[in-house]
Amino acid sequence: MSAELKSANNGVNVEALLAARKALSEAPEAAKFTWRASCKWIKGTHSNTVIKDFFGLGGEQKHRTQFSYDADHPDVFASEDNGPTPVEYVLVGLASCLTAGIAAVAQNRGIQLRSVQATLEGAMDIQGILGVDPDVRNGFDGIKVKYDIDADASPAEIKALVAQSQKRSAVFDIITNPTNVTVEVN
Amino acid sequence: MRTIACVVIGAGHAGLAMSRRLTEHGIDHVVLERGEVAHSWKTERWDSLRLLTPNWQSRLPGYGYDGNDPDGFRTMPELIRFLDSYARVIDAPVKTHTRVTSVEHADPGYRIQTDDGEWHCHTLVLATGACNVALVPACAEGVPQGIETLTPMEYRKPNQLPPGGVLVVGASATGIQLAQEIHLSGRPVTLSAGEHIRAPRLYRGKDTQWWMDATGLFDQRYNEVEDIVRARSLPSMQLVGTPERRTLDLNALRAIGVKLVGRLAMIRDGRALFSGSLANQCALADLKMGRLLDGFDTWAREQGIDDQLPPPERLPPTEVGATPALELDLTRGEIRTILWATGYRPDYSWLNVPVLDRKGRLRHDGGVTPAPGLYVMGLQFLRRRKSAFIDGAADDAADLSTHLKAHVDGAAPPLPQRGRGPG
Repeated sequence: MSAELKSANNGVNVEALLAARKALSEAPEAAKFTWRASCKWIKGTHSNTVIKDFFGLGGEQKHRTQFSYDADHPDVFASEDNGPTPVEYVLVGLASCLTAGIAAVAQNRGIQLRSVQATLEGAMDIQGILGVDPDVRNGFDGIKVKYDIDADASPAEIKALVAQSQKRSAVFDIITNPTNVTVEVN
Repeated sequence: MRTIACVVIGAGHAGLAMSRRLTEHGIDHVVLERGEVAHSWKTERWDSLRLLTPNWQSRLPGYGYDGNDPDGFRTMPELIRFLDSYARVIDAPVKTHTRVTSVEHADPGYRIQTDDGEWHCHTLVLATGACNVALVPACAEGVPQGIETLTPMEYRKPNQLPPGGVLVVGASATGIQLAQEIHLSGRPVTLSAGEHIRAPRLYRGKDTQWWMDATGLFDQRYNEVEDIVRARSLPSMQLVGTPERRTLDLNALRAIGVKLVGRLAMIRDGRALFSGSLANQCALADLKMGRLLDGFDTWAREQGIDDQLPPPERLPPTEVGATPALELDLTRGEIRTILWATGYRPDYSWLNVPVLDRKGRLRHDGGVTPAPGLYVMGLQFLRRRKSAFIDGAADDAADLSTHLKAHVDGAAPPLPQRGRGPG
């Protein structure tokens, strides 16, 4: 059971992450982050959300550039399809969070990744959002994620990467556990 | 006030093992015990409990198992007799029915208040155990009226519970054992499982505890693991000690009709909400068990005993069903009782020496606290993976009593750091 040290480069700065983990365990206040988005209604079901700054490490932080996201609904909802639906953004969040996690865990474990491909499906009965049947929930019935991963690792090691990524994923946690949401009107 | 070189608090296996080592070093000491020898085992455990470790695996300094069932598992009365008899054999200076109410710095050493007088000592060993208080999650506040709640420290047997369904929260050794016993009593159990550690009772004909011992995993040192904070907070292995040496895992519980749900995340408006991560928690546990068994197989090959053992085998993956329930209405009458099998913590409320961290955990380096002459025994992965087991007390007591002796003599040498490798 001796550990063989392997070198891998997945473009993740694990040393920086591990240093941050150590620093933050000694200064837990700096670990408190607040993420922000601001959204503006355009027309119909079309809206635009902008992401630019956040709070963390004890101070205000800025993204390198401002990011802008259009959301809308497709033609079958009698909308203009100016962007993905909000529930598809949830899939974007989950997929990108798990995939980033896989790269980070692989780097930490010395596993070289060659390709990582995920396909996601969120099943939904829209009788819920349409108010047709009160017993049907609004959100997904469930989400299925499938990964195809090519890496210098055994199938069990690859499964362990994916499992560990879920264990440490913020979006996986947000989706699988309840979160208090408060919505106020100014 | 009485003055003595060393006070040991707690006359369980750890305190007694330390007492034996102190006697070997010729250090004058007393063991203060709030009740009687093996007090927690006598008063804070359920009736059907047997030790998770086989009889042979209780090698205390100068004492061990000499019966004819080395592979069996002690019942609580058997364990209490074992520890009672150990205390007599080593002639441990135990003062029973002496509860420590406070410990303070004195210069030098420590002043100890008890409900039977005061002690002053130069050195002090805390052997009060890791499981003094049963943990209950904060969401317990939301449990609706009319539901009985209890912890494993209060639980004795199923018919103490009202008829009807039981939600058992937690799937470590305690949770799975109680889930099975309660379900078989005719009270349908829903088991909420978060992170857990799966292991077969027997692997290739040998007890998992035998493998852990033989491969050196149990001797692995606290400074040899990558993440000691995590290693110290891992839940207990899903094991049960039965005469049949049966494996008890989530698949076995599901087969008898126990309903599996994810980690209890929240109780809102009388409804228990469970995490949707059950499948991944089970995948993590299955993968971890696979790595453990791979390690056993590798070791067996390296030792050249591969062909003397039955061939390697793997347990089927844990089945959780396609759609584990995400909520449970606690107001409908289906659930009458909630059992919090959500872990334990030590109690240091009487310890007025600044050695706790911001989360209330004792700060120590392999049992040596930052307060000179103050030691701790019997915590999970204190110095070795086996530290919290009865079988772990001998080596830890040897190391720490040597350090303690040097402290008494005026010099504290560094502790031995290397042990056998992890296999």
